[in-house]
Amino acid sequence: MHSIPGRRAIMAMFLIFLLLPIYWLVNMSFKTNAEIVSTMTLWPHTPTLQHYRRIFTDESWYSGYINSLEYVVLNTIISISVALPAAYAFSRYRFLGDKHLFFWLLSNRMAPAAVYALPFFNLYSAIGLFDTPWAVALAHCIFNVPLAVWILEGFVSGVPREIDETAFLDGYSFPRFFLRILVPLIASGIGVAAFFCFMFSWVELLLARTLTSVSAKPIAAIMTRTVSAAGMDWGLLAAAGVLTIIPGALVIWFVRNYIASGFALGRV
Amino acid sequence: MDKTVNQKAWFLVLPVFLVVAFSAVLPLMTVVNYSMQDTFGNNQFFWNGVGWFKELLDPSTDLGGRFLASLGRNLFFSLVILAIEVPLGIVVALSMPRQGWTVAACLVILALPLLIPWNVVGTIWQIFGRPDIGLLGYVLNHIGIDYNYVSNDIDAWVTVIVMDVWHWTSLVALLCYAGLKSIPEAYYQAAQIDGASRWAVFKAIQLPKMNRVLLIAVLLRFMDSFMIYTEPFVVTGGGPGNSTTFVSIELVKIALGQFDLGKAAALSLVYNLIILIVCWIFYTVMTNAGNERKHQEGAA
Repeated sequence: MHSIPGRRAIMAMFLIFLLLPIYWLVNMSFKTNAEIVSTMTLWPHTPTLQHYRRIFTDESWYSGYINSLEYVVLNTIISISVALPAAYAFSRYRFLGDKHLFFWLLSNRMAPAAVYALPFFNLYSAIGLFDTPWAVALAHCIFNVPLAVWILEGFVSGVPREIDETAFLDGYSFPRFFLRILVPLIASGIGVAAFFCFMFSWVELLLARTLTSVSAKPIAAIMTRTVSAAGMDWGLLAAAGVLTIIPGALVIWFVRNYIASGFALGRV
Repeated sequence: MDKTVNQKAWFLVLPVFLVVAFSAVLPLMTVVNYSMQDTFGNNQFFWNGVGWFKELLDPSTDLGGRFLASLGRNLFFSLVILAIEVPLGIVVALSMPRQGWTVAACLVILALPLLIPWNVVGTIWQIFGRPDIGLLGYVLNHIGIDYNYVSNDIDAWVTVIVMDVWHWTSLVALLCYAGLKSIPEAYYQAAQIDGASRWAVFKAIQLPKMNRVLLIAVLLRFMDSFMIYTEPFVVTGGGPGNSTTFVSIELVKIALGQFDLGKAAALSLVYNLIILIVCWIFYTVMTNAGNERKHQEGAA
Protein backbone atom coordinates (compact mmCIF):
# COMPACT_ATOMS: atom_id res chain seq x y z
CA MET A 1 0.00 0.00 0.00
CA HIS A 2 2.79 2.43 0.85
CA SER A 3 4.97 1.61 -2.04
CA ILE A 4 4.91 1.86 -5.77
CA PRO A 5 5.09 -0.80 -8.47
CA GLY A 6 8.60 -1.89 -9.39
CA ARG A 7 10.07 -0.36 -6.27
CA ARG A 8 12.78 -2.99 -5.90
CA ALA A 9 14.04 -2.37 -9.41
CA ILE A 10 13.99 1.42 -8.92
CA MET A 11 15.83 1.19 -5.62
CA ALA A 12 18.41 -1.24 -7.00
CA MET A 13 19.08 0.95 -10.02
CA PHE A 14 19.45 4.07 -7.91
CA LEU A 15 21.83 2.38 -5.49
CA ILE A 16 23.94 1.10 -8.39
CA PHE A 17 24.01 4.62 -9.78
CA LEU A 18 25.28 5.86 -6.40
CA LEU A 19 27.85 3.14 -5.90
CA LEU A 20 29.33 2.83 -9.39
CA PRO A 21 31.44 6.03 -9.33
CA ILE A 22 32.62 5.22 -5.80
CA TYR A 23 33.56 1.71 -6.89
CA TRP A 24 35.57 3.16 -9.75
CA LEU A 25 37.52 5.34 -7.33
CA VAL A 26 38.26 2.40 -5.01
CA ASN A 27 39.17 0.28 -8.02
CA MET A 28 41.67 2.84 -9.24
CA SER A 29 43.25 3.33 -5.83
CA PHE A 30 44.45 -0.31 -5.90
CA LYS A 31 45.87 -0.14 -9.43
CA THR A 32 49.38 0.82 -10.42
CA ASN A 33 49.61 4.00 -12.46
CA ALA A 34 50.86 1.99 -15.42
CA GLU A 35 47.72 -0.11 -15.37
CA ILE A 36 45.44 2.93 -15.02
CA VAL A 37 46.88 4.70 -18.04
CA SER A 38 47.53 1.77 -20.34
CA THR A 39 44.47 -0.47 -20.12
CA MET A 40 40.82 -0.33 -19.17
CA THR A 41 40.29 -2.96 -16.48
CA LEU A 42 37.16 -3.45 -14.42
CA TRP A 43 39.13 -4.63 -11.41
CA PRO A 44 42.83 -4.29 -10.50
CA HIS A 45 44.77 -7.04 -12.28
CA THR A 46 47.98 -6.29 -10.44
CA PRO A 47 46.61 -5.02 -7.10
CA THR A 48 48.97 -2.78 -5.17
CA LEU A 49 48.94 -0.93 -1.87
CA GLN A 50 51.69 1.48 -2.90
CA HIS A 51 49.42 4.54 -2.95
CA TYR A 52 48.05 3.89 0.54
CA ARG A 53 51.55 3.14 1.83
CA ARG A 54 52.76 6.47 0.49
CA ILE A 55 49.94 8.38 2.22
CA PHE A 56 50.46 6.68 5.58
CA THR A 57 54.23 7.13 5.59
CA ASP A 58 54.51 10.66 4.20
CA GLU A 59 53.80 13.25 6.89
CA SER A 60 52.74 15.92 4.43
CA TRP A 61 49.90 13.57 3.47
CA TYR A 62 48.66 12.06 6.69
CA SER A 63 48.94 15.30 8.66
CA GLY A 64 46.18 16.60 6.38
CA TYR A 65 43.75 14.06 7.81
CA ILE A 66 44.70 15.03 11.35
CA ASN A 67 44.26 18.74 10.56
CA SER A 68 40.85 18.14 9.01
CA LEU A 69 39.61 16.06 11.93
CA GLU A 70 40.94 18.64 14.37
CA TYR A 71 38.91 21.56 13.06
CA VAL A 72 35.84 19.41 12.40
CA VAL A 73 35.76 18.21 16.01
CA LEU A 74 36.43 21.71 17.35
CA ASN A 75 33.66 23.13 15.22
CA THR A 76 31.17 20.45 16.29
CA ILE A 77 31.87 21.10 19.98
CA ILE A 78 31.57 24.89 19.64
CA SER A 79 28.42 24.69 17.53
CA ILE A 80 26.55 22.31 19.81
CA SER A 81 27.49 24.04 23.05
CA VAL A 82 26.37 27.51 21.95
CA ALA A 83 23.32 26.21 20.07
CA LEU A 84 21.82 24.21 22.94
CA PRO A 85 20.74 27.10 25.22
CA ALA A 86 19.59 29.11 22.22
CA ALA A 87 17.47 26.23 20.95
CA TYR A 88 15.84 26.02 24.38
CA ALA A 89 15.12 29.76 24.38
CA PHE A 90 13.61 29.72 20.89
CA SER A 91 11.50 26.71 21.74
CA ARG A 92 10.12 27.90 25.09
CA TYR A 93 10.07 31.68 25.22
CA ARG A 94 8.96 34.66 23.25
CA PHE A 95 11.31 37.63 23.46
CA LEU A 96 12.08 40.86 21.74
CA GLY A 97 13.12 40.23 18.15
CA ASP A 98 13.00 36.44 18.38
CA LYS A 99 11.53 35.87 14.94
CA HIS A 100 13.92 38.27 13.27
CA LEU A 101 16.84 36.71 15.05
CA PHE A 102 15.79 33.25 13.94
CA PHE A 103 15.49 34.38 10.35
CA TRP A 104 18.83 36.14 10.50
CA LEU A 105 20.47 32.96 11.78
CA LEU A 106 18.83 30.93 9.06
CA SER A 107 19.93 33.36 6.37
CA ASN A 108 23.53 32.86 7.48
CA ARG A 109 23.21 29.14 6.89
CA MET A 110 22.39 30.06 3.29
CA ALA A 111 25.13 32.63 2.77
CA PRO A 112 27.57 31.64 0.01
CA ALA A 113 31.00 30.69 1.33
CA ALA A 114 32.60 32.44 -1.64
CA VAL A 115 31.38 35.79 -0.29
CA TYR A 116 33.15 35.23 3.02
CA ALA A 117 36.40 33.75 1.75
CA LEU A 118 38.25 37.04 1.40
CA PRO A 119 36.90 38.91 4.48
CA PHE A 120 37.59 35.85 6.62
CA PHE A 121 41.12 35.78 5.32
CA ASN A 122 41.56 39.41 6.43
CA LEU A 123 39.79 38.93 9.75
CA TYR A 124 41.65 35.84 10.88
CA SER A 125 44.99 37.19 9.68
CA ALA A 126 44.37 40.34 11.71
CA ILE A 127 43.69 38.48 14.95
CA GLY A 128 46.53 36.02 14.42
CA LEU A 129 44.46 32.87 13.98
CA PHE A 130 45.30 32.37 10.32
CA ASP A 131 46.56 28.86 9.55
CA THR A 132 45.27 27.35 12.79
CA PRO A 133 42.44 24.86 13.19
CA TRP A 134 40.61 27.51 15.26
CA ALA A 135 40.22 29.78 12.24
CA VAL A 136 38.51 27.09 10.18
CA ALA A 137 36.45 25.88 13.15
CA LEU A 138 35.17 29.41 13.85
CA ALA A 139 34.59 30.14 10.16
CA HIS A 140 32.48 27.01 9.77
CA CYS A 141 30.32 28.18 12.68
CA ILE A 142 28.66 30.60 10.29
CA PHE A 143 26.66 27.81 8.70
CA ASN A 144 26.83 25.11 11.41
CA VAL A 145 25.59 27.12 14.40
CA PRO A 146 22.33 28.18 12.68
CA LEU A 147 21.79 24.64 11.49
CA ALA A 148 22.39 23.24 14.98
CA VAL A 149 19.95 25.77 16.49
CA TRP A 150 17.38 24.84 13.88
CA ILE A 151 17.68 21.08 14.45
CA LEU A 152 17.85 21.28 18.26
CA GLU A 153 14.88 23.63 18.43
CA GLY A 154 12.80 20.93 16.78
CA PHE A 155 13.92 18.34 19.29
CA VAL A 156 13.50 20.59 22.37
CA SER A 157 9.97 21.41 21.23
CA GLY A 158 9.26 17.69 21.31
CA VAL A 159 9.88 17.64 25.07
CA PRO A 160 6.64 18.41 26.96
CA ARG A 161 6.77 21.66 28.90
CA GLU A 162 5.36 19.97 32.01
CA ILE A 163 8.77 18.37 32.49
CA ASP A 164 10.43 21.79 32.87
CA GLU A 165 7.77 22.97 35.26
CA THR A 166 7.94 19.86 37.42
CA ALA A 167 11.73 20.12 37.59
CA PHE A 168 11.60 23.76 38.67
CA LEU A 169 8.95 22.95 41.30
CA ASP A 170 11.24 20.21 42.60
CA GLY A 171 13.85 22.91 43.19
CA TYR A 172 16.16 22.30 40.28
CA SER A 173 18.22 25.33 39.34
CA PHE A 174 18.26 26.21 35.66
CA PRO A 175 21.76 24.90 34.88
CA ARG A 176 21.11 21.71 36.80
CA PHE A 177 17.79 21.16 35.06
CA PHE A 178 19.45 21.81 31.73
CA LEU A 179 22.32 19.37 32.16
CA ARG A 180 20.60 16.68 34.25
CA ILE A 181 17.17 16.53 32.65
CA LEU A 182 16.94 18.27 29.31
CA VAL A 183 20.21 17.13 27.75
CA PRO A 184 19.62 13.42 28.43
CA LEU A 185 16.07 13.75 27.07
CA ILE A 186 17.22 15.13 23.74
CA ALA A 187 20.40 13.05 23.52
CA SER A 188 19.43 11.62 20.13
CA GLY A 189 18.71 15.13 18.86
CA ILE A 190 22.17 16.25 19.99
CA GLY A 191 23.61 13.27 18.17
CA VAL A 192 21.78 14.24 15.00
CA ALA A 193 22.91 17.87 15.27
CA ALA A 194 26.49 16.79 15.89
CA PHE A 195 26.28 14.52 12.86
CA PHE A 196 25.19 17.43 10.67
CA CYS A 197 27.89 19.74 12.02
CA PHE A 198 30.47 17.06 11.40
CA MET A 199 29.13 16.48 7.92
CA PHE A 200 29.06 20.07 6.71
CA SER A 201 32.41 20.94 8.26
CA TRP A 202 34.02 17.81 6.83
CA VAL A 203 32.82 18.38 3.26
CA GLU A 204 33.54 22.11 3.03
CA LEU A 205 36.71 23.07 1.21
CA LEU A 206 36.61 26.68 0.01
CA LEU A 207 36.89 28.31 3.45
CA ALA A 208 39.14 25.60 4.87
CA ARG A 209 41.57 26.08 2.01
CA THR A 210 41.50 29.87 2.12
CA LEU A 211 42.17 30.06 5.86
CA THR A 212 45.13 27.71 5.98
CA SER A 213 48.51 27.70 4.29
CA VAL A 214 50.95 25.20 5.79
CA SER A 215 50.47 23.93 9.30
CA ALA A 216 46.70 23.45 9.37
CA LYS A 217 46.07 22.53 5.74
CA PRO A 218 43.13 20.11 5.37
CA ILE A 219 43.47 16.89 3.44
CA ALA A 220 41.10 18.09 0.75
CA ALA A 221 43.43 21.00 -0.07
CA ILE A 222 46.53 18.81 -0.01
CA MET A 223 44.86 16.60 -2.59
CA THR A 224 44.23 19.40 -5.04
CA ARG A 225 47.70 20.92 -4.75
CA THR A 226 49.88 17.83 -4.78
CA VAL A 227 48.13 16.50 -7.80
CA SER A 228 48.64 19.58 -9.89
CA ALA A 229 52.31 19.75 -8.87
CA ALA A 230 53.21 16.12 -9.50
CA GLY A 231 51.51 15.84 -12.87
CA MET A 232 48.67 13.35 -12.72
CA ASP A 233 49.26 10.67 -10.15
CA TRP A 234 45.78 9.17 -10.55
CA GLY A 235 46.32 6.23 -8.21
CA LEU A 236 47.48 8.42 -5.36
CA LEU A 237 44.62 10.86 -5.93
CA ALA A 238 42.12 7.98 -5.86
CA ALA A 239 43.62 6.52 -2.68
CA ALA A 240 43.47 9.90 -0.92
CA GLY A 241 39.86 10.24 -2.06
CA VAL A 242 38.93 6.82 -0.70
CA LEU A 243 40.46 7.71 2.67
CA THR A 244 38.32 10.87 2.90
CA ILE A 245 35.17 8.80 2.41
CA ILE A 246 35.92 6.47 5.33
CA PRO A 247 35.28 8.86 8.29
CA GLY A 248 31.93 9.82 6.78
CA ALA A 249 30.97 6.20 6.25
CA LEU A 250 31.87 5.39 9.87
CA VAL A 251 29.79 8.27 11.20
CA ILE A 252 26.81 7.23 9.08
CA TRP A 253 27.04 3.69 10.39
CA PHE A 254 26.78 4.93 13.99
CA VAL A 255 23.74 7.13 13.37
CA ARG A 256 21.98 4.89 10.84
CA ASN A 257 18.92 4.45 13.05
CA TYR A 258 18.47 8.21 13.43
CA ILE A 259 19.23 9.19 9.84
CA ALA A 260 15.61 9.37 8.76
CA SER A 261 14.29 11.51 11.62
CA GLY A 262 17.54 13.46 11.66
CA PHE A 263 17.27 14.55 8.08
CA ALA A 264 13.80 15.88 8.78
CA LEU A 265 15.56 18.09 11.37
CA GLY A 266 13.29 16.78 14.14
CA ARG A 267 10.19 18.38 12.69
CA VAL A 268 7.99 16.00 10.79
CA MET B 1 0.36 25.96 23.64
CA ASP B 2 1.56 29.55 23.63
CA LYS B 3 5.08 30.51 24.55
CA THR B 4 5.61 32.71 27.56
CA VAL B 5 7.16 36.12 27.09
CA ASN B 6 10.51 36.24 28.82
CA GLN B 7 13.14 38.80 27.89
CA LYS B 8 15.77 36.99 29.95
CA ALA B 9 15.79 34.37 27.21
CA TRP B 10 18.16 36.72 25.44
CA PHE B 11 20.91 35.55 27.79
CA LEU B 12 20.49 32.04 26.44
CA VAL B 13 20.67 33.27 22.87
CA LEU B 14 23.60 35.58 23.49
CA PRO B 15 26.41 33.05 22.83
CA VAL B 16 24.93 32.15 19.45
CA PHE B 17 24.40 35.79 18.65
CA LEU B 18 28.02 36.65 19.46
CA VAL B 19 29.54 33.73 17.56
CA VAL B 20 27.48 34.34 14.44
CA ALA B 21 27.85 38.10 14.60
CA PHE B 22 31.61 37.68 14.87
CA SER B 23 31.77 35.54 11.77
CA ALA B 24 28.98 37.20 9.78
CA VAL B 25 28.64 40.87 10.64
CA LEU B 26 32.31 41.79 10.96
CA PRO B 27 33.33 40.32 7.61
CA LEU B 28 30.26 41.75 5.94
CA MET B 29 31.25 45.22 7.11
CA THR B 30 34.62 44.79 5.41
CA VAL B 31 32.77 43.80 2.27
CA VAL B 32 30.57 46.87 2.38
CA ASN B 33 33.65 49.03 2.90
CA TYR B 34 35.50 47.51 -0.06
CA SER B 35 32.48 47.67 -2.34
CA MET B 36 32.64 51.48 -2.40
CA GLN B 37 36.35 51.70 -3.16
CA ASP B 38 38.87 50.99 -5.85
CA THR B 39 42.42 49.85 -5.34
CA PHE B 40 45.56 49.94 -7.42
CA GLY B 41 47.40 47.64 -5.05
CA ASN B 42 49.81 48.67 -2.26
CA ASN B 43 46.85 49.04 0.09
CA GLN B 44 45.90 52.37 -1.52
CA PHE B 45 42.19 52.81 -1.81
CA PHE B 46 40.07 55.36 -3.66
CA TRP B 47 36.46 56.24 -3.11
CA ASN B 48 34.29 54.85 -5.87
CA GLY B 49 30.78 55.29 -4.45
CA VAL B 50 28.17 53.17 -6.16
CA GLY B 51 30.29 52.83 -9.31
CA TRP B 52 30.83 49.10 -8.97
CA PHE B 53 27.13 48.48 -8.45
CA LYS B 54 26.24 50.44 -11.57
CA GLU B 55 28.78 48.48 -13.57
CA LEU B 56 27.58 45.21 -12.07
CA LEU B 57 24.01 45.66 -13.25
CA ASP B 58 24.93 46.95 -16.70
CA PRO B 59 25.43 44.04 -19.11
CA SER B 60 27.44 46.15 -21.55
CA THR B 61 30.44 46.41 -19.19
CA ASP B 62 32.89 43.57 -18.66
CA LEU B 63 31.99 43.07 -14.98
CA GLY B 64 28.24 43.33 -15.54
CA GLY B 65 28.34 40.99 -18.51
CA ARG B 66 30.23 38.35 -16.59
CA PHE B 67 28.02 38.66 -13.51
CA LEU B 68 24.69 38.54 -15.33
CA ALA B 69 25.82 35.65 -17.56
CA SER B 70 26.97 33.61 -14.57
CA LEU B 71 23.76 34.49 -12.72
CA GLY B 72 21.70 33.26 -15.66
CA ARG B 73 23.69 30.03 -15.88
CA ASN B 74 23.35 29.51 -12.15
CA LEU B 75 19.56 30.03 -12.12
CA PHE B 76 19.18 27.65 -15.05
CA PHE B 77 21.34 25.09 -13.26
CA SER B 78 19.31 25.39 -10.03
CA LEU B 79 16.01 24.98 -11.86
CA VAL B 80 17.22 21.94 -13.80
CA ILE B 81 18.54 20.11 -10.76
CA LEU B 82 15.36 20.93 -8.76
CA ALA B 83 13.24 19.59 -11.62
CA ILE B 84 15.22 16.34 -11.59
CA GLU B 85 16.06 15.84 -7.93
CA VAL B 86 12.67 16.55 -6.31
CA PRO B 87 10.59 14.05 -8.35
CA LEU B 88 13.41 11.50 -8.32
CA GLY B 89 13.86 11.91 -4.56
CA ILE B 90 10.12 11.31 -4.01
CA VAL B 91 10.20 8.20 -6.19
CA VAL B 92 13.24 6.83 -4.34
CA ALA B 93 11.62 7.54 -0.95
CA LEU B 94 8.49 5.68 -2.07
CA SER B 95 10.68 2.79 -3.20
CA MET B 96 12.32 2.30 0.20
CA PRO B 97 11.94 -1.21 1.60
CA ARG B 98 9.51 -1.39 4.51
CA GLN B 99 11.40 -3.41 7.10
CA GLY B 100 14.33 -5.69 7.77
CA TRP B 101 18.05 -5.10 7.44
CA THR B 102 17.64 -3.73 3.91
CA VAL B 103 16.23 -0.51 5.36
CA ALA B 104 19.43 0.28 7.24
CA ALA B 105 21.55 -0.80 4.28
CA CYS B 106 19.64 1.44 1.88
CA LEU B 107 19.80 4.40 4.29
CA VAL B 108 23.55 4.07 4.75
CA ILE B 109 24.22 3.84 1.01
CA LEU B 110 21.87 6.75 0.30
CA ALA B 111 23.63 8.94 2.86
CA LEU B 112 27.12 8.04 1.63
CA PRO B 113 27.44 10.67 -1.14
CA LEU B 114 26.37 13.38 1.31
CA LEU B 115 29.45 12.83 3.49
CA ILE B 116 32.06 12.86 0.79
CA PRO B 117 34.06 16.13 0.76
CA TRP B 118 32.89 18.26 -2.13
CA ASN B 119 36.17 18.33 -3.95
CA VAL B 120 36.38 14.54 -3.72
CA VAL B 121 32.92 14.41 -5.30
CA GLY B 122 34.44 16.46 -8.10
CA THR B 123 37.45 14.16 -8.29
CA ILE B 124 35.26 11.06 -8.42
CA TRP B 125 33.33 12.40 -11.40
CA GLN B 126 36.41 13.82 -13.04
CA ILE B 127 37.93 10.35 -13.04
CA PHE B 128 34.66 8.55 -13.80
CA GLY B 129 33.90 10.70 -16.83
CA ARG B 130 37.30 10.79 -18.50
CA PRO B 131 37.23 9.10 -21.92
CA ASP B 132 40.64 7.47 -21.38
CA ILE B 133 40.56 6.16 -17.81
CA GLY B 134 36.96 6.62 -16.59
CA LEU B 135 34.31 3.95 -16.85
CA LEU B 136 31.54 6.32 -17.94
CA GLY B 137 33.53 8.20 -20.55
CA TYR B 138 35.08 4.99 -21.89
CA VAL B 139 31.77 3.17 -22.25
CA LEU B 140 29.98 6.16 -23.80
CA ASN B 141 32.71 6.66 -26.37
CA HIS B 142 32.77 2.96 -27.21
CA ILE B 143 29.06 2.73 -27.88
CA GLY B 144 29.43 5.56 -30.36
CA ILE B 145 28.57 8.66 -28.35
CA ASP B 146 31.22 11.31 -28.69
CA TYR B 147 31.53 12.41 -25.06
CA ASN B 148 34.22 14.68 -23.67
CA TYR B 149 33.43 17.05 -20.81
CA VAL B 150 36.69 18.95 -21.23
CA SER B 151 36.03 20.28 -24.70
CA ASN B 152 32.28 20.12 -25.26
CA ASP B 153 29.93 22.59 -23.53
CA ILE B 154 26.90 20.30 -23.49
CA ASP B 155 28.89 17.34 -22.19
CA ALA B 156 30.30 19.52 -19.42
CA TRP B 157 26.80 20.63 -18.43
CA VAL B 158 25.45 17.09 -18.48
CA THR B 159 28.36 15.94 -16.31
CA VAL B 160 27.86 18.71 -13.77
CA ILE B 161 24.10 18.07 -13.58
CA VAL B 162 24.44 14.29 -13.30
CA MET B 163 27.08 14.82 -10.63
CA ASP B 164 24.74 17.04 -8.62
CA VAL B 165 21.91 14.54 -9.00
CA TRP B 166 24.27 11.83 -7.78
CA HIS B 167 25.44 13.98 -4.90
CA TRP B 168 22.19 15.43 -3.55
CA THR B 169 19.13 13.41 -4.62
CA SER B 170 19.67 11.33 -1.47
CA LEU B 171 19.01 14.38 0.69
CA VAL B 172 15.59 14.89 -0.90
CA ALA B 173 14.90 11.15 -0.67
CA LEU B 174 15.86 10.95 3.01
CA LEU B 175 13.74 13.98 3.89
CA CYS B 176 10.72 12.54 2.05
CA TYR B 177 11.29 9.17 3.67
CA ALA B 178 11.18 10.82 7.09
CA GLY B 179 7.87 12.47 6.12
CA LEU B 180 6.42 9.18 4.89
CA LYS B 181 7.46 7.33 8.04
CA SER B 182 5.33 9.67 10.15
CA ILE B 183 2.10 8.60 8.42
CA PRO B 184 0.08 6.31 10.74
CA GLU B 185 -0.87 2.91 9.35
CA ALA B 186 -4.57 3.70 9.99
CA TYR B 187 -4.58 6.25 7.15
CA TYR B 188 -3.62 3.56 4.66
CA GLN B 189 -6.21 1.15 6.03
CA ALA B 190 -8.90 3.78 5.69
CA ALA B 191 -7.83 4.44 2.12
CA GLN B 192 -7.98 0.73 1.38
CA ILE B 193 -11.52 0.48 2.73
CA ASP B 194 -12.53 3.42 0.56
CA GLY B 195 -10.98 1.64 -2.41
CA ALA B 196 -8.65 4.54 -3.16
CA SER B 197 -6.29 4.15 -6.09
CA ARG B 198 -2.51 4.23 -5.71
CA TRP B 199 -2.46 7.76 -7.19
CA ALA B 200 -5.23 8.94 -4.84
CA VAL B 201 -3.29 7.64 -1.83
CA PHE B 202 -0.24 9.55 -3.00
CA LYS B 203 -2.15 12.77 -3.61
CA ALA B 204 -4.42 12.74 -0.57
CA ILE B 205 -2.21 11.15 2.09
CA GLN B 206 1.47 11.00 1.22
CA LEU B 207 2.01 14.31 -0.53
CA PRO B 208 0.34 16.47 2.16
CA LYS B 209 2.40 14.71 4.84
CA MET B 210 5.57 15.38 2.87
CA ASN B 211 4.73 19.05 2.33
CA ARG B 212 6.85 20.46 5.11
CA VAL B 213 9.91 18.32 4.53
CA LEU B 214 9.65 18.92 0.80
CA LEU B 215 9.71 22.64 1.45
CA ILE B 216 12.89 22.20 3.50
CA ALA B 217 14.34 20.05 0.73
CA VAL B 218 13.57 22.59 -1.99
CA LEU B 219 14.97 25.41 0.14
CA LEU B 220 18.22 23.59 0.91
CA ARG B 221 18.69 22.36 -2.63
CA PHE B 222 17.98 25.74 -4.18
CA MET B 223 20.34 27.56 -1.84
CA ASP B 224 23.15 25.05 -2.06
CA SER B 225 22.95 24.80 -5.84
CA PHE B 226 22.86 28.57 -6.07
CA MET B 227 26.17 28.84 -4.24
CA ILE B 228 27.77 25.75 -5.77
CA TYR B 229 31.51 26.15 -6.18
CA THR B 230 33.79 23.23 -5.45
CA GLU B 231 32.32 20.38 -7.47
CA PRO B 232 32.08 22.06 -10.89
CA PHE B 233 35.37 23.84 -10.22
CA VAL B 234 37.18 20.55 -9.75
CA VAL B 235 35.54 18.85 -12.72
CA THR B 236 35.43 21.55 -15.37
CA GLY B 237 37.21 24.53 -13.79
CA GLY B 238 34.28 26.63 -15.05
CA GLY B 239 34.96 25.66 -18.63
CA PRO B 240 35.08 24.89 -21.43
CA GLY B 241 35.40 28.62 -21.94
CA ASN B 242 32.97 30.05 -19.40
CA SER B 243 30.15 27.61 -20.02
CA THR B 244 29.99 26.20 -16.47
CA THR B 245 31.18 29.29 -14.58
CA PHE B 246 28.60 29.82 -11.84
CA VAL B 247 28.31 32.91 -9.64
CA SER B 248 30.59 31.62 -6.87
CA ILE B 249 33.27 30.58 -9.33
CA GLU B 250 33.15 34.01 -10.97
CA LEU B 251 33.32 35.66 -7.56
CA VAL B 252 36.35 33.70 -6.41
CA LYS B 253 38.06 34.39 -9.73
CA ILE B 254 37.60 38.13 -9.21
CA ALA B 255 38.35 38.20 -5.48
CA LEU B 256 41.19 35.73 -5.00
CA GLY B 257 42.37 35.42 -8.60
CA GLN B 258 42.54 39.04 -9.75
CA PHE B 259 42.39 40.53 -6.24
CA ASP B 260 39.86 43.09 -7.52
CA LEU B 261 38.49 43.75 -4.06
CA GLY B 262 36.00 46.48 -4.96
CA LYS B 263 34.35 44.55 -7.76
CA ALA B 264 34.31 41.34 -5.76
CA ALA B 265 32.76 43.06 -2.76
CA ALA B 266 30.02 44.67 -4.82
CA LEU B 267 29.27 41.33 -6.43
CA SER B 268 29.20 39.68 -2.99
CA LEU B 269 26.63 42.14 -1.70
CA VAL B 270 24.28 41.73 -4.64
CA TYR B 271 24.72 37.96 -4.48
CA ASN B 272 23.96 37.95 -0.76
CA LEU B 273 20.92 40.15 -1.28
CA ILE B 274 19.43 37.74 -3.82
CA ILE B 275 19.97 34.85 -1.38
CA LEU B 276 18.42 36.85 1.44
CA ILE B 277 15.29 37.64 -0.57
CA VAL B 278 14.76 34.05 -1.67
CA CYS B 279 15.40 32.86 1.87
CA TRP B 280 12.85 35.32 3.24
CA ILE B 281 10.20 34.16 0.76
CA PHE B 282 10.73 30.53 1.77
CA TYR B 283 10.71 31.42 5.47
CA THR B 284 7.41 33.27 5.15
CA VAL B 285 5.83 30.44 3.20
CA MET B 286 7.11 27.94 5.75
CA THR B 287 5.87 29.78 8.85
CA ASN B 288 2.52 30.39 7.16
CA ALA B 289 2.20 26.71 6.34
CA GLY B 290 3.03 25.91 9.97
CA ASN B 291 0.43 28.36 11.29
CA GLU B 292 -2.26 27.05 8.96
CA ARG B 293 -1.61 23.54 10.15
CA LYS B 294 -1.88 24.64 13.76
CA HIS B 295 -5.21 26.35 13.02
CA GLN B 296 -6.57 23.25 11.35
CA GLU B 297 -5.48 21.05 14.22
CA GLY B 298 -6.95 23.52 16.68
CA ALA B 299 -10.31 23.52 14.89
CA ALA B 300 -10.50 19.74 14.65
